[in-house]
Amino acid sequence: MSFDNAYDAITEDSGDDRQWAFGTGFDDPLSGVDRAVPGEVSTSDLSVYCLMLADDALILSQRLTEWCSRAPELEEDVALANIALDLLGQARLLLARAGEVEGAGRDEDALAYLRDEHEFRNVRLVEIDCGPGPGGDFATTIARLLVFSTWRLAVLGQLAHSGDPVLAAVAAKGVKELAYHRDHAAQWTLRLAGGTDFSRERMVAGLATVWPLHDELFTPHPVELALPAVAVDPSTVRPEVDEVLDTVLAEADLSRPRVSPLAMVGGRAGRDGVHTEALGYLLAPMQHLARALPGARW
Amino acid sequence: MVTAREVAEGVLDPELPVLTLADLGVLREVTETAGRVVVTITPTYSGCPAIDQMRSDLRASLAGAGYRDVEVRTVLAPAWTTDWITDAGRRKLAEYGIAPPARIGPRPAGPVPLNLTPPPSRVRCPRCGSAETVELSRFSATACRALRRCESCREPFEHVKEL
Repeated sequence: MSFDNAYDAITEDSGDDRQWAFGTGFDDPLSGVDRAVPGEVSTSDLSVYCLMLADDALILSQRLTEWCSRAPELEEDVALANIALDLLGQARLLLARAGEVEGAGRDEDALAYLRDEHEFRNVRLVEIDCGPGPGGDFATTIARLLVFSTWRLAVLGQLAHSGDPVLAAVAAKGVKELAYHRDHAAQWTLRLAGGTDFSRERMVAGLATVWPLHDELFTPHPVELALPAVAVDPSTVRPEVDEVLDTVLAEADLSRPRVSPLAMVGGRAGRDGVHTEALGYLLAPMQHLARALPGARW
Repeated sequence: MVTAREVAEGVLDPELPVLTLADLGVLREVTETAGRVVVTITPTYSGCPAIDQMRSDLRASLAGAGYRDVEVRTVLAPAWTTDWITDAGRRKLAEYGIAPPARIGPRPAGPVPLNLTPPPSRVRCPRCGSAETVELSRFSATACRALRRCESCREPFEHVKEL
């Protein structure tokens, strides 16, 4: 079936007078992809690792879409929504992989909509409220995107050589996308830092808000260390990430904020399912419909 | 009867309907064995919402041509690049008013270089041919397009950005 626009597709008469509400309505995103698990790999570790990578992308995607219609200019609404869509695409592939490797019958929708807060494995950087709204502003959102995309680009760059064929393929594709996410954030950092006194002040404050969550990105989790041929040890990307961030900051005549890292809780943080209170407020609207009306159609 | 390959090659891209899937370079393989057709496609972007539409358009077109037993597979690797858009595809884009992407070649090994300024313009206006064009926004109506303006004829236009 071919449609002139997306609204025609949504309102298509599918024969049973019902339209999807829960789930994507799309086919399995990994349809036909070679998905053999390398022999020596623990499937439970691999599944958790896929969740970590997926949840980072899913949660930041949700945060970025909160800007849609509220960005400082129309072009930026479109830009942040496009970046969110790329991350959502990566998340779908990774959640589908996590579910099939886990082997418990959970698909991407079950993993996105029916897990509780403590089951999410994302780093805390992606979940905090950076605006719009009281938690931040556009500059804070750009600061987070700069740090996150620089780090994820470096991780995916290594992951493209993973022993897991699906992770390697998702990463190779993701590298192309993260490269322009990072450029976008870096170019806005320069504009805001080099703009008015006010825009510079906001950029400085935005960096100070997100910087306490920078260290956690490089702290390896036991699961990452248990999959040496498959996963990336995030401590190994620190030099590359530091070099890029220092280049951007120097060009913007900014310095690294002097702030302490946000404490872990008994040595545990986002990767262990220990989150800030922001995550629950994010998940509530994201999961509400799917939980209130399981399998809903209209 | 037209071959399954000919049918699949003629299916139009849902988001750039002047291009066929073959022009766009997302159609990787079509095999036909004992009446069973297997079509292999690759997504342009990880989150490309058109991929499901492509699958269903392929099935519908093949069914219309008499091929009932059809499987559409997705491969992720190697990742799609705009270099796979064919010469015919580039010509059709320009005629439609969308500037085609420049050829970028394989990405060098090692860390991806940082671009602190938008790359210099290599994009010609699809209406007047002027090379004096500026990027208004790297992001446009779909993931694959950027928005530009011609400084000579002052018309805005879209550009399939290099990936």
